[in-house]
Amino acid sequence: MIPGNFEYHAPTSLADALALLGQYGDEAKIIAGGHSLLPMMKLRFAEPEHLIDINGISELRGIREEGGMIKIGAMTTENQLIASEILWDKCPLIPTAAKLIADPQVRNRGTIGGDIAHGDPGNDHPAIMLALGASFVLAGPDGERTVPADGFFLGTYYTQLEEGEIMTEIQVPVPPAGSGYGFSKLKRKTGDFATAAAAVQLQLNGDSCTQINIALTNVGPCSFKASDAAAHLTGKVIDDALISEAAEKAMADCDPSEDLRGNIEYKTSMAGEMVRRAIRSALSNAKGE
Amino acid sequence: MAKTHIQFTLNGQAVETLVEPRELLIHVIREQLGQTGSHIGCETSHCGVCTVDLNGASLKSCTVLAVQANGGDVTTVEGLAQSGELHAVQEAFMQEHGLQCGFCTPGMLMRSYRFLQENPNPTEEEIRVGMSGNLCRCTGYQNIIKSIQVAAQKLQAK
Ligand SMILES: Cc1cc2nc3c(=O)[nH]c(=O)nc-3n(C[C@H](O)[C@H](O)[C@H](O)COP(=O)(O)OP(=O)(O)OC[C@H]3O[C@@H](n4cnc5c(N)ncnc54)[C@H](O)[C@@H]3O)c2cc1C
Ligand code: FES
Ligand code: FES
Repeated sequence: MIPGNFEYHAPTSLADALALLGQYGDEAKIIAGGHSLLPMMKLRFAEPEHLIDINGISELRGIREEGGMIKIGAMTTENQLIASEILWDKCPLIPTAAKLIADPQVRNRGTIGGDIAHGDPGNDHPAIMLALGASFVLAGPDGERTVPADGFFLGTYYTQLEEGEIMTEIQVPVPPAGSGYGFSKLKRKTGDFATAAAAVQLQLNGDSCTQINIALTNVGPCSFKASDAAAHLTGKVIDDALISEAAEKAMADCDPSEDLRGNIEYKTSMAGEMVRRAIRSALSNAKGE
Repeated sequence: MAKTHIQFTLNGQAVETLVEPRELLIHVIREQLGQTGSHIGCETSHCGVCTVDLNGASLKSCTVLAVQANGGDVTTVEGLAQSGELHAVQEAFMQEHGLQCGFCTPGMLMRSYRFLQENPNPTEEEIRVGMSGNLCRCTGYQNIIKSIQVAAQKLQAK
């Protein structure tokens, strides 16, 4: 299996990459890690005439903390996320989830920016970003804009990223003291995409939950926040009964499609179970258990 | 389509060739450069049999373009033995019966070679996670795990 013909460009600066994107318009595609794009090109689901490789742009890699914000270059690979002390220390949800994405070889290539920009409902970072209240920096011909993750994902392979734009950075507010995270992913085997997965980030004041985000993977046309479930838990001391009720509300928001991973009922009920588990682990994490 | 000139180091030797941008690294290594040790299995980045080392990291060469290796340093299974002496991972796979049909072996060897540099003294669990991108249809994995444990001991004794 070999991709169709294209012309290859390897710019070494963001400005050059944007200029090439501007020049070739919808005939061009960015290649980051290539681990979603190349498989699609082999199958002719994508047939760009110009491929713009952004691996040579070093300014797009790296993780730093600045003004209460963790800033992650879009070209940072999954294995770089897993190796990051800043992330394990300040935002462990990201490397925890990255460890469950694909396998070691794929994680050497696949990037956080590509995982988000691709808009695949099976990709894990979108739900992580929704749970963390992240924002994305998009550079385009007219400069930069920063868009929140909430509202960025519009449908399958459909996001707010516009033609001519490159995602350059992911910005995550550092979760404050008293917060907790949980990530629960069901997959058929190592290296498989999720049958269903849930990401939770919450904030406790004493025993009471002051803020919670619950986001789901692969049980709808794109990742989404289970807002009714979150509203049901906000301002309350979360117990098992509330967790079950919240999971029911999250299941009501699910709209998975049937495939080899299961039928609609199975996927929906697995999503409920992932939500229960992720809330429980976020609670024990926040309590330092 | 116009061909692009690329050059890189393959198993310590400088190589250069002309490729179409769409050609995958595995095809160029096997078909143009004649190093057929790395195999092609799934071609969909699942099985790991095409695993090679590029610039000190394992990757699946069926999902990387040859043009992306331009200027890089590639090692394949042919590059493991040095001056006629097998690498510790090769000796260990032989001693511990870490293969049956041998189809997955080039990928297993290349991944364990890099994995033992990332983690020289791994637990069994860490080996299973570190090798999770490589599939084997024959061995049931048990002897592969043993081979990697023995290779780790051999490398530490050196
Ligand atoms: C065997 C296997 C298992 C996998 N399992 C999982 C899994 O469980 N969970 C998961 O989340 N992912 C999984 N993946 C997908 C993998 O994580 C991909 O690497 C990821 O989806 C895409 O990232 P990439 O850097 O490879 O992007 P590419 O494949 O290079 O690009 C994907 C798309 O995003 C666009 N793009 C990339 N970067 C940018 C940017 N900076 N700005 C604008 N557009 C951009 C490209 O133009 C393209 O359309 C798996 C992949 C494989 C091969
Ligand atoms: S041939 Fe590359 S992973 Fe199977
Ligand atoms: S030895 Fe036959 S596939 Fe592994």
